[in-house]
Amino acid sequence: MVFAGGGSRLTHLSLELSLPCLATLLLLLLLQPSDAKNSEDVRCKCICPPYKENFGHIYKKNVSQKDCDCLHVVEPMPVPGPDVEAYCLRCECKYEERSSVTIKATIIIYLSILGLLLLYMVYLTLLEPFLKRRLFGHSQMLQNEDDVGDHQPFANAHDVLSRSRANVLNKVEYAQQRWKRQVQEQRKSVFDRHVVLS
Amino acid sequence: MESEQLFHRGYYRNSYNSITSASSDEELLDGAGGIMDFHTSEDDNLLDGDVSSGTNYTMTNGGNINSSTHLLDFLDEPIPGVGTYDDFHTIDWVREKCKDRERHRKINSKKKESAWEFTKSLYDAWSGWLVVTLTGLASGALAGLIDIAADWMNDLKEGICLSALWFNHEQCCWGSNETTFEERDKCPQWKSWAELILGQAEGPGSYIMNYIMYIYWALAFAFLAVCLVKVFAPYACGSGIPEIKTILSGFIIRGYLGKWTLMIKTITLVLAVASGLSLGKEGPLVHVACCCGNIFSYLFPKYSKNEAKKREVLSAASAAGVSVAFGAPIGGVLFSLEEVSYYFPLKTLWRSFFAALVAAFVLRSINPFGNSRLVLFYVEYHTPWYLFELIPFILLGVFGGLWGAFFIRTNIAWCRRRKSTRFGKYPVLEVIAVAAITAVVAFPNPYTRQNTSELIKELFTDCGPLESSALCQYHNEMNGSKVVDDVPDRPAGPGVYSAMWQLSLALIFKIIMTIFTFGIKVPSGLFIPSMAIGAIAGRIVGIAVEQLAYYHHDWFVFKEWCEVGADCITPGLYAMVGAAACLGGVTRMTVSLVVIVFELTGGLEYIVPLMAAIMTSKWVGDAFGREGIYEAHIRLNGYPFLDAKEEFTHTTLASEVMRPRRNESPLAVLTQDSMTVEELEAVINETSYNGFPVIVSKESQRLVGFALRRDITIALENARRKQEGIMRTSRVYFTQHAPSLPADSPRPLKLRSILDMSPFTVTDHTPMEIVVDIFRKLGLRQCLVTHNGRLLGVITKKDILRHMAQMANLDPESIMFN
Repeated sequence: MVFAGGGSRLTHLSLELSLPCLATLLLLLLLQPSDAKNSEDVRCKCICPPYKENFGHIYKKNVSQKDCDCLHVVEPMPVPGPDVEAYCLRCECKYEERSSVTIKATIIIYLSILGLLLLYMVYLTLLEPFLKRRLFGHSQMLQNEDDVGDHQPFANAHDVLSRSRANVLNKVEYAQQRWKRQVQEQRKSVFDRHVVLS
Repeated sequence: MESEQLFHRGYYRNSYNSITSASSDEELLDGAGGIMDFHTSEDDNLLDGDVSSGTNYTMTNGGNINSSTHLLDFLDEPIPGVGTYDDFHTIDWVREKCKDRERHRKINSKKKESAWEFTKSLYDAWSGWLVVTLTGLASGALAGLIDIAADWMNDLKEGICLSALWFNHEQCCWGSNETTFEERDKCPQWKSWAELILGQAEGPGSYIMNYIMYIYWALAFAFLAVCLVKVFAPYACGSGIPEIKTILSGFIIRGYLGKWTLMIKTITLVLAVASGLSLGKEGPLVHVACCCGNIFSYLFPKYSKNEAKKREVLSAASAAGVSVAFGAPIGGVLFSLEEVSYYFPLKTLWRSFFAALVAAFVLRSINPFGNSRLVLFYVEYHTPWYLFELIPFILLGVFGGLWGAFFIRTNIAWCRRRKSTRFGKYPVLEVIAVAAITAVVAFPNPYTRQNTSELIKELFTDCGPLESSALCQYHNEMNGSKVVDDVPDRPAGPGVYSAMWQLSLALIFKIIMTIFTFGIKVPSGLFIPSMAIGAIAGRIVGIAVEQLAYYHHDWFVFKEWCEVGADCITPGLYAMVGAAACLGGVTRMTVSLVVIVFELTGGLEYIVPLMAAIMTSKWVGDAFGREGIYEAHIRLNGYPFLDAKEEFTHTTLASEVMRPRRNESPLAVLTQDSMTVEELEAVINETSYNGFPVIVSKESQRLVGFALRRDITIALENARRKQEGIMRTSRVYFTQHAPSLPADSPRPLKLRSILDMSPFTVTDHTPMEIVVDIFRKLGLRQCLVTHNGRLLGVITKKDILRHMAQMANLDPESIMFN
């Protein structure tokens, strides 16, 4: 339905390679001991340029915002006493904060949604036609293919008015069928006829 | 009495006529404006006829058909589905606004009845603010998710952080003390793929391994992105801004702003950005924000049932989208005003600003970059600029305009080729090919290997004593004893020369690849690549001017302003001006671009150079073609977008544009009470027009109103189901009272509720300038043309667009939609 014969092999290969990679990443993320304490999420970063014989250096330390200056952070002080002031004047200290919990949660949410979508995509493109063919035979499958295209005016009106009629049992099935039809229409406009979004 | 009945039945269309207009045709003729020219003989007949039906009207009880239909009309409800639009059709702004005013009147009139009604009216008034707040919250949250995920996945191409898998490179080395001044990214927790797989970090083998893994990840991400787009939501590809512009001007694209499109666009945008393709995420973020706005507006009937009100919410949502993309709320509002929206009333201005602020606030509190800034390349400058620098700034503006014109031409040519030839049949292969070429060419050059936003940040940052990148390796002639805040102009060291070479190659690469990347079937934006191109060009020019000032400091221009040993030229500023010029050249934004860049940099000091460059780039770009990239894509796709910025200067008349032309079949009209259901269905099935004028009779072609095809079909279906006794030979009438019929005829069908009684009309001698102006200002979909009071033809928006295309010697058949 979506991919031609030759492309499906490529699909299989790439999906087989990337799905397990993402799955292992997701597993490792979840199994990580969350030892990132909150105190590791703040820092004071002082960048000190080269001075006389000293090379440039970056100092980082977990201090509060009022202690974020050269004298508290730069340890051990590389220059002797009288030069400390001149050295510290060139250094720039910035207080920075981040939230590693937010980052972790975001990445996990994103990867799980991506994984679910990939699974659903595999199901839709590979498993569902296979299952349908096994259960219903060839004729039914062909019937689903050629429905939409016709723009009969009264068919549209029928559609608009009959939206309320559906019992609970096949409501999900009906919704899914309608969604698939819509996506098929969109795919035709965008990819085949190049009418929209070219 | 009559007026009350009209009011209670909820007639939406009579708002332009006075409420007291009665049903007899005599008063209707007076009320419709002085277009009519009376032929007395026919009028007498008509008036006589109405007087007789008027006497029927006063009977409330009786056995004949007329009065029984009159009783049933009391209970007539609006037919469900009438007033909605088909996919790929234009809305009728006038009708939607009338509907909204009617609804508002109804709520206001009921307000004083009970506390519940009062609460409902309060809820109705505040629902606008609620929608806009929810949209802002959702946009900010999604933008935060996109930023964090894109950063992480981008660095996934390089390596992985073993101690915390969810950190990208910068976050991984955040707490480590092994970073040095020269190599700020090296830390033992971050392992590149070569280190993990081969075990060694340096050497040619590991370089090749890194190369291979980079290409592998780039291809995998691009492939996943295009597969997801193709399987789940084909509307999620592209930038989205041309389609949103068309939607906001009154076009319907069902599903374009839906849930699936939102989800797929968010997910695949991250994948597309992470695969290293030469695209940005600003345009798609506007689409994402508009999807949020659309979804939330469905929770409130005030917005879900009214297409015009929905578009107010979408304007606010697009402002929120740009605001989170750039960290520029005011720039976002101005972008929505200038680029995206079609009608922008003052209420929308305030609400858009609110949405943009809420979105920016939410993004800031998520704090994706750890430094409380919204955008990665927020730089603060305080160095002054000098008057002679206006010359290179204007040169950068010229470059921006030239590049913009070149990009628009080539990109449109490429997209047209993709659209019309066999080449466009393989979108998946195309994406993979583009990603492969980008990855293969981008890896060796460190400036193209890194994230484009980081490249822009590096180029914007001026070289101070704290910077140690290759771009800042100047020869230091001063010894370190003097405490200097700003570093004076120095000759360039070898690092700078090699950086200049690499930047030039990066510039050429980006210029070429962006042409092929914008428009492929993954979400792709244009802002970041154009800013990158401009920033690279600007930085090169800046370094050139800086070295020129150093080596030739005895020239007149430099001697006036630059002292030897003082800081004179800031190449970072040139990069910023170049970025603004290129972005302005390709999108032709004016005010919004200036405000966005000034909000990015945080200072009013550089307004003059920015404006000089942006104005120059716009003028140079306009010399080659008046359209920006978004208008050009609208024209390529044939959307029915009546550009408000173009002027119609030709002297044609309405009679030359209207349909039917001389050699065409006559106008398909409906008569007000002499057609049967069968004939009506035949007209609908045989023609494909979207609407039909309703006239009094075929002899006098006097206008009654206009009925839309969709409404007629829905009403006929509804009548078949709900009303009894309607047969194929039933008479259809659009008048207030049924025509007098023989006693054994089947029950007539009243379709007055779907009739638009106040269509806009112009005479055949109206100049097209005025007609185009009316269409633009009122948002009309069609307009009827009369001659001496008789109906002559119809002008639709599509006809106008085709006429304009014809006048500009373009192909009029390229306008495709309704």
